[in-house]
Amino acid sequence: MTVFSGNTDPGADNTSNSITHILYIMKENPVTLIAFALFGFYVLSALFGQQLVPYDPLASDSENVLQPPSLQHWFGTDPLGRDVFSRVISATRLDLLIAVSAVAISFVVGSFLGSVAGYWGGKLDIILSRTLDTIMAFPIFVLAMGIVAALGNTVENIVYATAIINVPFYARLVRAEVNIRRNAGFVQSAKLSGNSDIRILALHIFPNTLPPMMVQISLNLGWAILNAAGLSFIGLGVRPPTPEWGIMVAEGANFIVSGEWWLAVFPGLWLMLAVFTFNLLGDGLRDMVDPRQRT
Amino acid sequence: MLSIKDLNVSFNTRRGRVDAVCGVSLEVAKGQILGIVGESGSGKSVTSYALMRILDRGGIIRQGEIIYSGIDLRNASEQQMTEIRGREISMIFQNPRAALNPIRKVGHQLEDVLRQHAQATRYTAKEKAIEALEAVKIRDAAERYDAYPFELSGGMCQRVVIAIALACNPRLLIADEPTTGLDITTQKAVMDLVLELIRDREMSAILITHDLGLATEYCDQISVMKNGEVVEKGTPQKIFSSPEHPYTQKLVKATPSKGSSIRDLLPDGGNLPLAPRQISEFPLLAVQDLKKTYKGKSGPIDAVNGVSFKIFEGQTVGLVGESGCGKSTTSSMLVRLLDSSSGRILFNGDDLTEISAKAFAKDPRRTDIQMVFQDATDSLNPRFTARQSIADPLKQLVKLRGSALNSRIEELADLVGLPIHLLDRFPHQLSGGQKARVGIAKAISVNPKFLILDEPTAALDVSIQAIVLNLLADLRAKLGMSFLFVSHDLQVVRLLSDYVIVMRDGEIVEQGPTEIVMGQPSSDYTRTLLSTVPKPPSGLTAA
Repeated sequence: MTVFSGNTDPGADNTSNSITHILYIMKENPVTLIAFALFGFYVLSALFGQQLVPYDPLASDSENVLQPPSLQHWFGTDPLGRDVFSRVISATRLDLLIAVSAVAISFVVGSFLGSVAGYWGGKLDIILSRTLDTIMAFPIFVLAMGIVAALGNTVENIVYATAIINVPFYARLVRAEVNIRRNAGFVQSAKLSGNSDIRILALHIFPNTLPPMMVQISLNLGWAILNAAGLSFIGLGVRPPTPEWGIMVAEGANFIVSGEWWLAVFPGLWLMLAVFTFNLLGDGLRDMVDPRQRT
Repeated sequence: MLSIKDLNVSFNTRRGRVDAVCGVSLEVAKGQILGIVGESGSGKSVTSYALMRILDRGGIIRQGEIIYSGIDLRNASEQQMTEIRGREISMIFQNPRAALNPIRKVGHQLEDVLRQHAQATRYTAKEKAIEALEAVKIRDAAERYDAYPFELSGGMCQRVVIAIALACNPRLLIADEPTTGLDITTQKAVMDLVLELIRDREMSAILITHDLGLATEYCDQISVMKNGEVVEKGTPQKIFSSPEHPYTQKLVKATPSKGSSIRDLLPDGGNLPLAPRQISEFPLLAVQDLKKTYKGKSGPIDAVNGVSFKIFEGQTVGLVGESGCGKSTTSSMLVRLLDSSSGRILFNGDDLTEISAKAFAKDPRRTDIQMVFQDATDSLNPRFTARQSIADPLKQLVKLRGSALNSRIEELADLVGLPIHLLDRFPHQLSGGQKARVGIAKAISVNPKFLILDEPTAALDVSIQAIVLNLLADLRAKLGMSFLFVSHDLQVVRLLSDYVIVMRDGEIVEQGPTEIVMGQPSSDYTRTLLSTVPKPPSGLTAA
């Protein structure tokens, strides 16, 4: 008993605090709860979807072509007799992978450029900011199309294209957040403590920009999924027969006129829900990352 | 005229219900000025918000009644309240700049109020607005009518706010910390103006303040609040000379006044003698003709224009002046956060201006010169726990690691009186006084020889200020440091300093030993500063 009567281990205390904090935020805001539930569903689909689906997403079945949704085939079948439900779920991994890697790249590059521009300012800031403005001046989807077309039609290039068009948004946000904290009291105090400029920027200022960044990341994830699907829709990037939401919508669109609505609607619905989930997730994530919310 | 009976206000928060005001009863008679005095969190502002019915979301009046001239304000409709606010009861807020719309001319903002309450028509509004500006003694009122808030000084802005509050001839004025954030000379001018206007118009007023001295000087009746309750009521004379409640006694003691010593501020400190200190003959720091010039729109601006002084080992020097006098610029240059334009800073005989402020972070003498910042909240990284904050200089400058680091942090926490279990909290989970302690622990962690204190108590309540000042006095005796104490508050500076420098417009007006500068000031400016300190009723000193 005496073991527990003393000071609790600070580490354990912090972990349990974080969990109660997350639970509290979810309880306070049901929308966040829904967003996290949907997010969990998408993550599970991405991780285990391919093992759990009832049919092989690539196996065609000439007996059951263009079947409407039924108990056998929940989302119906396509012109080759492939199960649409299995394809929609299997596609989650590829779509999320493209979005997450693209956002990760733009987060890292954008944060670096924005921090540098915001902290040191001056000529460096002018050059970086104007370059990024130039990227932003392009219609971004057209720019992404151009990049993929120029670099070659592969999944990696879709990731790079999506990353490049998103970098300016991160860089601008970080630049503004770093800039307002550049002369804050705690930064002055850190200078007195003998921190070098780089340490101050990386350890003192940058972590404080994370809460607004979380919102940006989450919104951006949804947007990156949409972008990847959009590129596939017009025939760039992912090639058939790989299951991917954009291609499935594109292929299914031809059949809507003849009444086979399920081919386009279900992948489209999944895509919409994914974007929706990430958009809702942002606010909840910000509340979790911000230490000031933990009162 | 106004009577509040048994008022209870509570807020619904994450941790459940918080009672901000518990059973407060107050009366304000016609023509009377009531002072509500209390420290932060005592519920004094909430009481006034409740009576204006402008509580934040989540705030509920649980119980009690608020009667104003026979009208039950608690149950009045929102429409009735809109009529009452401004015309019958109006309010002056703490920060005048925030209370004014920054993108509208002040004259137009005045007209809005006048026309809202049908005090003026479109044709007479401008004339009436200028009259209102003249009433608050704004010079060239017709010209100021077209000014935007940013073009006016803090004191001017507060005058405009007062003009707006009084434009419709209300019968009750609520002033919520009207002079906090204003310079001491401006503070006196603004308070004298408010007093005069209230007396002229035979209005009643409620003055909400944390400053007991201010309240005793301007109020007819005082209510002292603590933790949402009124602990004592009475006339200023009675409150100041024979306070009954222990809290009031503590508050009266903690308010620095002429002749009190630093130990007098503590409730039971009188019997603890101050440890003797050694002030050597050797100048630790010698500043010679230090200047800082900024490029301005209309030519260069001299923020600091040739100051020279010396600080001896173990000595505490007070640097006093109003905002904009260059005291913060001077301290930034001394602590090597800012490069000087010309002049020399000799520290132990070496000229520090030879090393740029940028390069000084890696200089071995970085440990010798440290600073305690004005705003403890702003100067702590919001994502660092208290432990991490204190550890930062130790890791960077002394290269302490592991258990040596931890034991040093705990030793420091003990030294500044911060309970060990608070070390793992984030700044927003600490109170103002605790944050100040973390800031001091951080600054003294590397054993500096010279410590700059930049208004370390400006954001603190008086009772906490008393504790922090005593802590600083004990620390300098124990550690043998020299202090440069920067402040706008002469009484506070007097308590701690051996030597005082008075600055104005970037230049030193007067310097000398504390007793001489405070006792027989040679310059008019120092005399003005001394005379504007709010004084308790004449013939009374702290009990």
